[in-house]
Amino acid sequence: MTDTLAKAAATPPGAARPGGPPRRRLRPVVRSVVKHTVLILCALVMLYPVLWMVVSSLRPNDEIFQAPDLFLTNLEAGNYGKGWNAFSKPFSHFMINSGIVVLGAIVGNLVACSMAAYAFARLEFKGRRWWFAIMLVTIMLPIHVIIVPQYVLFSEFGWINTYLPLIVPKFLATDAFFVFLMVQFIRGIPTELDEAARIDGAGHPRIFLQVILPLMVPALATTAIFTFIWVWNDFFSQLIYLTDPEMYTVPVALRGFVDAQSGTNWGAALAMSVVSLLPVFLVFLFGQRFLLRGIATTGGK
Amino acid sequence: MSATAELRSLRSGRRPAAKQQNKAAFFFLLPWFLGLFVITLGPMIASLYLSFTDYNLLQPPEFAGLDNYSRILDDARLHQSLQVTFVYVLVSVPLQLALALALAVLLDRGIRGLAVYRSVFYLPSLLGSSVAIAVLWRTVFGTEGLFNEVLGLVGIGGRGWISEPETALSTLIVLNVWTFGAPMVIFLAGLRQIPASYEEAAAVDGAGRWRRFWSVTMPLLTPIIFFNLVLQIIHAFQAFTQAFVVSGGKGGPADSTLFYSLYLYQRGFGNFDMGYASALAWLLLLLVGTFTAINFWAAKYWVFYDD
Repeated sequence: MTDTLAKAAATPPGAARPGGPPRRRLRPVVRSVVKHTVLILCALVMLYPVLWMVVSSLRPNDEIFQAPDLFLTNLEAGNYGKGWNAFSKPFSHFMINSGIVVLGAIVGNLVACSMAAYAFARLEFKGRRWWFAIMLVTIMLPIHVIIVPQYVLFSEFGWINTYLPLIVPKFLATDAFFVFLMVQFIRGIPTELDEAARIDGAGHPRIFLQVILPLMVPALATTAIFTFIWVWNDFFSQLIYLTDPEMYTVPVALRGFVDAQSGTNWGAALAMSVVSLLPVFLVFLFGQRFLLRGIATTGGK
Repeated sequence: MSATAELRSLRSGRRPAAKQQNKAAFFFLLPWFLGLFVITLGPMIASLYLSFTDYNLLQPPEFAGLDNYSRILDDARLHQSLQVTFVYVLVSVPLQLALALALAVLLDRGIRGLAVYRSVFYLPSLLGSSVAIAVLWRTVFGTEGLFNEVLGLVGIGGRGWISEPETALSTLIVLNVWTFGAPMVIFLAGLRQIPASYEEAAAVDGAGRWRRFWSVTMPLLTPIIFFNLVLQIIHAFQAFTQAFVVSGGKGGPADSTLFYSLYLYQRGFGNFDMGYASALAWLLLLLVGTFTAINFWAAKYWVFYDD
């Protein structure tokens, strides 16, 4: 393309050229240049706030609100130290708490959703179509409709300020989106493989564990990655169920920066924001193949 | 097949009756059934009951008839939150989808660097719902924030975008539009399913680029637009985190960012007015359900199915 670009640049638009009218040759090049310019501009606008956040987190506090650019003149790593120790516990404490919730949620979703998906995709049972329709509807159900009684229920169990309200529902396949995603995937696996295993005398638990599960690893990876990102970012339910600072997860702790009555330390707030987004970014970097395929086939958030 | 297509196909024919495997299915579905009845349907019915009671978590619920629902009629803050939420949904979703569609079309047809562009555009939709990005938004659109700095460079006077009621909601709309990457990826997948031969045939017939887009690509893309529309509207109705963090949990200034779910949270978990919060929850379900139903009904007139 650089070659054609150079040619296009060397030739004024109106100049006659041997070998054909110039407009024909120029148009695709111009179109492509315009396209890429628009795309690059869009990409810059999109990413600018995030890049500025990273740069600002390394700036002294009095410079943050005076520098719209991305050039670091005075490096101030102290924001990270201040942010890390801004609360009664170091920030790593909240990261570990979030990690526990995320890990529990991932295991729960993988186990429960794959089991349900196997039944919906491979087994014939009474009312299957209607159960399946109900499952689809629950994907779209707003969480607010159930949060009040759920809160009452979990507080009866004594689960407030534990991670159980955030983890146990995942072991009951309440994230129906992933059931749907896995059903779609299992339907793509040839049934001949099940048949062969059945002829060899395998029952459903064995077909599920030894035939289907190993083949649906990509769908499991997509589920694990999405669960990681959604649960790591989830604020609403963590805010409701976790009120003891000891139990705070990253989003709930992070919000403490903004609520502080006595002037927010924005440098520290941005520094910890960067820290909190880092895991999401890394997961995205290494797992985007699965993410893109996941939303392309099912239409996630 | 998408979720909406699944729902549509429910009406059509049945599968041939095969050997029933009820026992095995029950075993595999046991966790899901438990979740459905204990975590989802049970609480739903309970919240319907609570919506007819006066309940503050400490004393047992007291039956209050239609009190909560008549409160809905003259609760000025609720009406404000409804207005804020409608504006947010009706402005941000079309903008977000238009941008997603435009960039998907630009990225289609094997453009160079597709993977890089796609990643860059997709990333914000993974970050957008986090508290961290909400914190960032407060610094970007604050009185001395990045946005005013940039405006200052081109000689435009800034304002307190988040601290003034006229503009606070628009910063949240911008944030939602910023996360257009997820629907864009769905559009890209949809575009890829349109056979190139269709466009070629139209080109042979003498249709120009513009004409081909409107008469061939767009009609074939309408099911995907519909799918994205349904999902994003449902999603936008439930927006919470960003308004909560940007307004410090209050929905201010002057209730201009008081999203419905934020108001519900304030009533339920701020004032422990659980009966009223349950009534609000059911009103939300009704609203989302109505919007979705209207969407499905209107789809008859503009969504084109090739099959």
